[in-house]
Amino acid sequence: MFDTLLLWPVILPLAGAALAAALHAFPAVQRQVALTTMVLTFGASLFLVDAVMEGAILTKAFGGWMPPFGIVFVADRFSAAMVVISSLLALCALVFAMGDLRQRQVRSGFYPLFLGLMIGVNGAFLTGDIFNLYVWFEVMLIATLGLITLDRTRAQIDGAIKYAVLNLFSTILFLMAVGLLYGATGTLNMADLAVVLPQTEPSAALTLTAMMFLLAFGIKAGFFPMFFWLPASYHTASIIVSAVFAGLLTKVGVYALFRVFTLLFEVDNGTLKPLIAVIAAGTMLFGVFGAAIQWDVRRILSFHIISQIGYIMLGLAVATPLALAGAVFYIIHHIVVKANLFFVAGAIHRATGSFDLRKSGGLMKASPLLAVLFAIPALSLAGIPPLSGFWAKFMVVDASFQGEAAWLAAVALFVGLLTIFSMSKIWIEAFWKEHPRAVRARPVPAVMLVPIAALGIITLAIGFNPEPLVAFSNLAAESMGDRTQLIGAFYGGEHTAGVTP
Amino acid sequence: MSVIFSTMSRLFFVLMLVASIYMLFRGHNEPGGGFIGGLFAALAFALLALADSVAAARKALIVHPVVLIGCGLFLAFLSGLPGLFSDGSFLTHWWAELGSTHLGTATIFDIGVFMVVIGGVLALVFRFYEGVEQ
Repeated sequence: MFDTLLLWPVILPLAGAALAAALHAFPAVQRQVALTTMVLTFGASLFLVDAVMEGAILTKAFGGWMPPFGIVFVADRFSAAMVVISSLLALCALVFAMGDLRQRQVRSGFYPLFLGLMIGVNGAFLTGDIFNLYVWFEVMLIATLGLITLDRTRAQIDGAIKYAVLNLFSTILFLMAVGLLYGATGTLNMADLAVVLPQTEPSAALTLTAMMFLLAFGIKAGFFPMFFWLPASYHTASIIVSAVFAGLLTKVGVYALFRVFTLLFEVDNGTLKPLIAVIAAGTMLFGVFGAAIQWDVRRILSFHIISQIGYIMLGLAVATPLALAGAVFYIIHHIVVKANLFFVAGAIHRATGSFDLRKSGGLMKASPLLAVLFAIPALSLAGIPPLSGFWAKFMVVDASFQGEAAWLAAVALFVGLLTIFSMSKIWIEAFWKEHPRAVRARPVPAVMLVPIAALGIITLAIGFNPEPLVAFSNLAAESMGDRTQLIGAFYGGEHTAGVTP
Repeated sequence: MSVIFSTMSRLFFVLMLVASIYMLFRGHNEPGGGFIGGLFAALAFALLALADSVAAARKALIVHPVVLIGCGLFLAFLSGLPGLFSDGSFLTHWWAELGSTHLGTATIFDIGVFMVVIGGVLALVFRFYEGVEQ
């Protein structure tokens, strides 16, 4: 059963989603099913990361069809790490949901949709087939639309439509790119593509394919100038849903970009490198500027997702092994911190009754514990040493100085400064300031504080002892950047030529 | 609704359900299968909802459409498990010869798809018709 390890993070949520839907009439049982499923999934993902830690790359073909014909799953260090961190986040979200979820939302199908989202996310991280990746994106899209419109309010439907239009556009682009790629190479298996593409004559179709992948995943990841769907939709969803979206959805787009542009296309040759650099800088700047004028906590945080995506893209723009390692570190740090900030926003809402900073306040006195728990991810996001964000920023900025992209480093540092401004705005308004209507803050239930604290502890642990994660990121970036390793995992070391038309 | 439409719809309801099950099993080796069969069956219930009322169609379905989705998905999941034991791959199906009939766990997967499609389509259709009735 050892080699089936990489299947469980997908089929466990599948079974859980099915059971939760079948138990439609029993909300309490659904909750147990969802929690059990996520605990098991998290456990399975830990086994997976343990199995690939030494550098082994696990592969598994579905239905016994051999690659490049069958659909394969593949797990290396990068994908295993993503599965672990997203399963952990999903588990935290479910615990948080125990305190925040309303009956009505459960009846709208929260648990099946949530587990359905996890099928899609983990599937996207583990698949080794580019068309299969498209399928997982669709699974995510369907679950996401259901989760946004959980309360069926006008605002949510408005947000869902904005989300759907742009994301459908993105998936169609993705599908067309896959079609073009198949036309040019005759294969869709990623490892096989990595063999075939270097032997294929450069053509307009391939350049177009690369651009379409960049645009399609760019919309998913929330790049400048295609990011506007994100702040328009994320804040309408309920806070648990927003937190999971903030942590995971854009990162799946980023993950797909990293895979495609390390394995299939080179960033280094041609016009791609300056283009990605400009996109990264624009994403960082516009995200942080957008956040500066907002008053809704959720909107501020949504814009910060975008600016942080810019930092991660910086890693791809510089494209040295050091920069890729920085990006891996940054993704892991970002998922933990950003989801945590959304959880804190949920707690602020519970305590003060509003997401609007102008209408909240007085939390410093009412709930000092929450203040501390907010300070950890907020300072980490801004990159204050010795928290995890400092090391993440340090790695990408250092890599861009070494990779002769000093202007990107300068942008990154400037944006870091503005991030502090945004975080201190939340701090001053929600925590320091007296409540405008002198209302006493309501207590926040313990089940909401536990996940916030757990993620906070992870942030602190990474911050005070970054060495293991830095080493891990270096190894992950190394196996990501070296395509022969992945090809070797499929073809047992010998390079069989792929199926060329 | 007219009496003729209402009476005929009962007849067609049964006919379409029979056709849907025929389609489901025909899909084993020929065009057809769980998805098309599921659409047939969903259409039968949708017809009932249109001719009579959504409440009557819901009653005929017995379970909530979402429950049907869940059960179907779980059935499909179960059909993938045997493969894990034989060659360690999810969704590798088991086959057996029983006389002249060819049996396989793939049929269970197809029945799962059948149920998911009925549930999925009806969850949508019932909601729409209820909106119209209001």
